[in-house]
Amino acid sequence: MSEAQTRTGTPAGAPRPDDADVVAEVALEKPLARSTEVDNPSSDVVRFTESQPLRLDCGVDLAPYQIAYKTYGTLNAEKSNAVLVCHALTGDQYVASNHPVTGRPGWWEIMIGPGRPIDTDRFFVISSNILGGCMGSTGPASINPKTGRPWGLDFPVITIRDMVEAQVRLVDHLGIRQLFSVLGGSMGGMQVLEWAARYSARVYTAIPIATAAWHSAQNIAFHEVGRQAVMADPDWQQGRYCDGAIGPRRGLSVARMAAHITYLSEEALHRKFGRSLQDRTQKTFSFSADFQVESYLRHQGSSFVDRFDANSYLYITRAMDYFDLAAEHGDVLANAFRNTTTRFCVVSFTSDWLYPTRESKEIVQALNAVAANVSFVEVESDKGHDAFLLNEPELFATVTGFVNAAARKRGIGEPPKGGR
Amino acid sequence: MLWRTETPRVHRVDHLLIAEMVAKGSRVLDVGCGDGALLQLLTDTKDVDGRGIEISRERVNACVARGLSVIQGDADHDLLDYPDGAFDYAILSLTIQATLRPKEVLSQLLRIGRRAIVSFPNFGHWHVRTQLLMTGRMPVTENLPDAWYATPNAHLCTIKDFADLCRLVDARVERAAAFNASGQQLGTWLRMPLTVHNLLGEKAVFLLARTSPL
Repeated sequence: MSEAQTRTGTPAGAPRPDDADVVAEVALEKPLARSTEVDNPSSDVVRFTESQPLRLDCGVDLAPYQIAYKTYGTLNAEKSNAVLVCHALTGDQYVASNHPVTGRPGWWEIMIGPGRPIDTDRFFVISSNILGGCMGSTGPASINPKTGRPWGLDFPVITIRDMVEAQVRLVDHLGIRQLFSVLGGSMGGMQVLEWAARYSARVYTAIPIATAAWHSAQNIAFHEVGRQAVMADPDWQQGRYCDGAIGPRRGLSVARMAAHITYLSEEALHRKFGRSLQDRTQKTFSFSADFQVESYLRHQGSSFVDRFDANSYLYITRAMDYFDLAAEHGDVLANAFRNTTTRFCVVSFTSDWLYPTRESKEIVQALNAVAANVSFVEVESDKGHDAFLLNEPELFATVTGFVNAAARKRGIGEPPKGGR
Repeated sequence: MLWRTETPRVHRVDHLLIAEMVAKGSRVLDVGCGDGALLQLLTDTKDVDGRGIEISRERVNACVARGLSVIQGDADHDLLDYPDGAFDYAILSLTIQATLRPKEVLSQLLRIGRRAIVSFPNFGHWHVRTQLLMTGRMPVTENLPDAWYATPNAHLCTIKDFADLCRLVDARVERAAAFNASGQQLGTWLRMPLTVHNLLGEKAVFLLARTSPL
């Protein structure tokens, strides 16, 4: 950089970048998030003992383990109004309440809350941190009881099915036989499909949003880039950074930056940033974040590492890669839903290239092949995969209409306020 | 009778006749369900387990938002997904003339439904015939409102043509009715010959069953 500048000179008026500006700014003085939330979450938590092991897909019996969860609303006397919300890769149980680490509002408050499509005045909403997560459910950041130290890479590789099995234990623990609905987007949608496939009788309605029945080669490829970024960071230390070391903050930040691009669309990036410069009027002829889009991505990366465990990121992306619902059912996706009694509402977004409409349609085709009750809506949006978390009125109208019709059929009363 | 007393007049007459044909509590697939008016009628009056397929994304989304089970798709491609005999009735309401392969679509309807109900605009209606005869141009009528270059209709037929197609795909006509321009049902097939229906009927509704098991 400096060589180039000596030759060409820095343009008059342009700020002089220093070296520290070149690399995405990640606060290296803070150890990577291994907060008290890992073992003792601010939310509710159910602890399963040594005598209640969870048999994982990889063959390991996991015990003891714990599942952290939040609930919103009230369970009715018939226990018929429970809704399970499944979160995506970096989500957590704080779906409709402030995050204890970042202090930010719940990640799906636009969908879940009083008067929202999933109305907490009407439904009892359960959201749990997935197995393998780092917000209170057992995962690689948790203490391995056999060693007294964080599991790190000794944690068994988990799958979407394992996450669902852990949720089943939680729902059992809450004394709920049948969930009125299981819903979620992205990896949350994978859990929804797994629930519906394995426990149709316990799932009255299923709402898989912006998801797929199997992880595509392209998606596995992006995940591998993210994992390699984490592992290439020397501070990762083969996953043993948890003992108070700094941890792979740079690697995880780069992983998040790359992943974040896949959550958007070219249109959305162009609309939001175009080629606009960040706090400057001219290019600096350096590698500092001249463009707004660079600055935005760096921010996404650095704020992510403050709340997420790098090993958790490796395990959860792996679980998504392994997901293939058809393969679990003799390579015929329709077999996963044979004799299903669940009512489905499948939703995709036009600009989602991570889980394109084509992949949602495969799910719909499989459901049609068993004559299941299915609605399918493709929402027009230019916001890419992230659209499922954003203000998309068509998504809300779809979920509201579907849920209300099903609730009437299930005999769940209107909210006490008399609706919206 | 149902459509005179219990339901508002805004319902289309062909919808009301279809609703009369459908047994209570049956499983119904409405192919080309549009805004979902027929599905809603069947749900409200016949308590059916109803599903819809619709080609327009906007209309699909509106249907789902009003609580109907509808997916985006089209008759030419998406009927293949369904298993044999999945529904008591497979309905194609004013849609068959817009399909690419009406014969295959009709066969599919009879495969996935124990019965099929098909309604269509009659190109043999006297008004259509006279327009073509007098003007020498493609007819534009209330039922066929688009100019030839803008119409979604690819395979228009007359009542006689459709009756021929039913024979061709081994469908037994259990019931058929035609409506005149003011929406009144013409007399039954027995009392008035097919030729008269073909001349006076603007729209027709056929209730079909397969003649042979699959």
